[in-house]
Amino acid sequence: MPSLKDLKNRIGSVKNTRKITKAMQMVAAAKLRRAQDAAEAARPYADRMAAVMAGLTAAAAGSDLAPRLLAGTGEDRRHLLVVMTSERGLAGGFNSSIVKLARQRLQELQAQGKQVSILTVGKKGREQLKREYGDLFVHHVDMSEVKRIGYENARQIADEILDRFDAGEFDVATLFYNRFESVISQVPTARQVIPAVVEESEASASALYDYEPDETAILNDLLPRSVATQVFAALLENAASEQGARMTAMDNATRNAGDMIDRLTTVYNRSRQAAITKELIEIISGAEAL
Amino acid sequence: MADTMQFDLVSPERNLISVPVREVRLPGAEGDLTAMPGHAPAIVNLRPGLVTVVAGDGTETVFAVTGGFAEINNESVTLLAERGHPRAEMTQEVFNEMMAQAHRRVQAAKERESAGEELVAAAVKLLADMEALGTHIGLDPNQANFPH
Repeated sequence: MPSLKDLKNRIGSVKNTRKITKAMQMVAAAKLRRAQDAAEAARPYADRMAAVMAGLTAAAAGSDLAPRLLAGTGEDRRHLLVVMTSERGLAGGFNSSIVKLARQRLQELQAQGKQVSILTVGKKGREQLKREYGDLFVHHVDMSEVKRIGYENARQIADEILDRFDAGEFDVATLFYNRFESVISQVPTARQVIPAVVEESEASASALYDYEPDETAILNDLLPRSVATQVFAALLENAASEQGARMTAMDNATRNAGDMIDRLTTVYNRSRQAAITKELIEIISGAEAL
Repeated sequence: MADTMQFDLVSPERNLISVPVREVRLPGAEGDLTAMPGHAPAIVNLRPGLVTVVAGDGTETVFAVTGGFAEINNESVTLLAERGHPRAEMTQEVFNEMMAQAHRRVQAAKERESAGEELVAAAVKLLADMEALGTHIGLDPNQANFPH
């Protein structure tokens, strides 16, 4: 049985914890709004890019001249998994859900005898995968210094991926990140970026365009940009998801702390009452003995 | 035929401008061009340069872009640029940064063994266009602090 003083200390410390988790929740809520705005603002560019890409790729996919970023290397042997996670923890299942999906894919690929390498973005995913698959790491992008995700960050990651592709290090690249659905729901997503996935669209609309200089030149210019845009979109989705996950996790933590305080207070009051009763009994029985 | 069309300048991070315009002068990769309402649909690659937007009342606004591409339609022009700055915001500082980035690209293209000649040539051309852009608006391309 803990003493009254112990209980009191315990309650005090849980109260402090509750204050911290409450503060973190509110910070996450503010950051979430900003992250959502950023994701929203980036959408027109990505949408336009996708639309133009769809038109171009539909025209070029059939021809022999299709760039390697679109047509692939003709093989499906070596895979690059780009695992995008956060730099900080305390965000519920945010990081582990991405890692889980990536690990699952990795095991599938390895079972098929494919060669897999991993590029990590963000510290947390790296830590979780290091023990098992540390030897597969080819590169790590540190985002801890990044206050606000800019297109420049995405471009650097995309360049890193494209360099490795040009050097012939892999055939297929897939991004792993959390798609933001709502504050309580973030969906771990795998998205193939190389070779580019052609989205279905009405190809007839694209045929009307004049291309200057020509389709292939524009496509060559566009494909690397498109990879960067997709990485950027993934980074933004991930940032919003991280804050959403943290908000939910901290909300739960705050509520749990409240429950715990209630329980501890009950125990504290009971034992205080018990101590008083015991003292009374002692006094009364002492008086009776006289 | 309408005498204005919709012009959007979109960067990856946000929509920079969205206005009705009378004409847009674009730095196409193969030469400058002007788009006016009723232009045939086209998709044009851009080089780093200046975009001039002429509003309905004839006022001109100038933007500096670092390349990208434009989608021209009958009644709209959408310009997708990685970076776009109003002419007034193009300071030596901003330009230095752009130059440094172009230099880095050339460097990276040269270092990469597997890179074809084309890639290096493209990066060098980008750098040259960037320099031309700077000279054009009166900024010094050599101030960019970059080891050669």
